[in-house]
Amino acid sequence: MKIPLIYNIRSVRQRPVSTLTTALGMALVVLVFVAMMALSRGFRAALTGTGSTENVLVVRTGADSELVSGISRETAQILAGMPFVADGPDGRPLVSPEVYVLVSLDRPGVGEALVVARGMNPDVFQVRQNVEIVAGRMINPGTSEIIIGKSIVGRFANTQIGDVLSFGNRDWTVVGHFAAAGSAFESEIWGENEQFMPAFRGEVFQSVTFRMRDPAAFESVRQALADDPRLQVDAHREYDFYANQSYLLTQILNFAAVFIAGIMAIGAVFGAVNTMYAAVGARAPEIAVLLTLGFRPFSVLSSFLFEAVVIAFIGGILGCLFALPLNGIVTSTTNWVSMSEVAFAFRVTPDLLLRGVFFALLMGLIGGFFPARRAARQPVVQAARQV
Amino acid sequence: MALLEIRSLSKVYQRDSQAIPVFEDIDLDIDTGEFLVLMGPSGSGKTTLLNLIAGLDEPTTGTITVGGEEVTAMSRRQLAAWRSDHVGFIFQLYNLLPVLTAYQNVELPLLLTHLSKKERREHVMTALEVVGLSDRADHFPRQLSGGQEQRVAIGRAIVSDPTLILADEPTGDLDAKSADEILTLMQRLNREFSKTILLVTHDQRAAERGEAIMHLDKGVLTR
Ligand SMILES: Nc1ncnc2c1ncn2[C@@H]1O[C@H](COP(=O)(O)OP(=O)(O)OP(=O)(O)O)[C@@H](O)[C@H]1O
Ligand SMILES: [Mg+2]
Repeated sequence: MKIPLIYNIRSVRQRPVSTLTTALGMALVVLVFVAMMALSRGFRAALTGTGSTENVLVVRTGADSELVSGISRETAQILAGMPFVADGPDGRPLVSPEVYVLVSLDRPGVGEALVVARGMNPDVFQVRQNVEIVAGRMINPGTSEIIIGKSIVGRFANTQIGDVLSFGNRDWTVVGHFAAAGSAFESEIWGENEQFMPAFRGEVFQSVTFRMRDPAAFESVRQALADDPRLQVDAHREYDFYANQSYLLTQILNFAAVFIAGIMAIGAVFGAVNTMYAAVGARAPEIAVLLTLGFRPFSVLSSFLFEAVVIAFIGGILGCLFALPLNGIVTSTTNWVSMSEVAFAFRVTPDLLLRGVFFALLMGLIGGFFPARRAARQPVVQAARQV
Repeated sequence: MALLEIRSLSKVYQRDSQAIPVFEDIDLDIDTGEFLVLMGPSGSGKTTLLNLIAGLDEPTTGTITVGGEEVTAMSRRQLAAWRSDHVGFIFQLYNLLPVLTAYQNVELPLLLTHLSKKERREHVMTALEVVGLSDRADHFPRQLSGGQEQRVAIGRAIVSDPTLILADEPTGDLDAKSADEILTLMQRLNREFSKTILLVTHDQRAAERGEAIMHLDKGVLTR
């Protein structure tokens, strides 16, 4: 690359309007790409942040969702007594037998949506250490009190502290809001399992989650539970169980990001092609001078390719700037496995921005190639011929 | 031996299966340090001849040798390198890159050499001094007059100390006073710095600055 880069940078600056229009076309593509990837990242993060790698989630054999699972009190009892279950400071096993149901709540202006109602016991806060009360207080056992995940506070009616929510033919009083590190738990309503049982499905839990004494020993724990003749259960690492629920939707979103941005990119690339052909055409005498002075056609090609990349870089940066404000914006979708509404935030991460810029640079390289090649192939004699 | 030797050179352009002969069987010798002027009516092939000497175009038949090297036998790649070493070109339209300063325009040919930045700086400043534009180094072409622009172009042509300077109507686009300055400058390059110059011009007054005048007409070169 012997032709000074400043030549291209100044030439780009020389025609701000066409540079900016072309860059904006690319910026739009980058915006769409980054936005959709941020959506997919956010959804995935919500679900991967839900489970812990130190916990085991037990459901009935073959159940891929807590919804279709059932665990008897007896089974829950046996699980709690297993030697590989960790003990809390008070010596009791860290086990959370849970009821899991979907309730239909009113989303003002949108309609009804399904929300997870999870019945637990107060030990859950020791099993799941990413959960904490952020407003109000924890429920008292033996009462019709509930706490609400902070993502759905305000998105659904009657979710403020002191409000009364009706579901399962009973009224429930909201006494607190909880956070769970941005995970899907924040889109749930939690109450006491002993209260939820009679209100919904009767004497049955949907899952049992326990803390392992040795998180590295998951495989042997799984095997032991599978081999136990008294049990018909599947054991999952809690992290994997929830993360897998994000798999399909994440894949689809990623595919859509690439597909839609890809189609838009074709348009943006044509924009770059036009701009660069115009630049090459207008600067034919300059190109001829460079060739006459002894610069090689390859240098001319690289030079104009670089110019296209400069424009693309501007587009990439603009696109990232457009996408940045999306970061943290909360939206929601239906978790297709649990069929419930999950709220999550767009996650515009640095690596995503970097990919957006690379995407733009790629558009620049592709769009710049043929014009740059035309520049390089221009016959040298035109220099003296004064086109 | 002459610096430049042209032997039985012919050029025939091909345009849509129609042959356009420009000249045939031209022979020419130019010695080191000569200042030769080439005149001739429009379309007689003066520019074509310059382009052939500079290796920008290929002859139909014949050979051109400069300083013992046969230009007509070189590949395109070799030609590019040879040109940057041996030829300084001055055009009618000054052909500076508008986005580069006078300094940067003059520096361009040196970017093809192995000179360090500091050495390049020395060469560029010397060239600008010779053409009398040291104080305009940081000006852009549009901030210069036509005559000054052409002087920058001359600076660019001499900065790499080429064997041969080829000028194609360098004063064609200038007013009389500026043209005079350019011609005086070229004369100085020839006398003071012993540059070998081939100047193409239509202007009789310009032609008188050279040491000898050649005419190219109807494909025949007379000296
Ligand atoms: N690329 C080309 N293809 C076909 N014919 C060409 C080409 N270039 C030049 N010619 C023809 O060759 C002849 C010589 O052209 P050339 O430019 O060398 O003349 P010239 O003496 O420099 O003229 P002028 O004084 O007007 O600059 C002209 O008839 C021109 O039309
Ligand atoms: Mg001519």
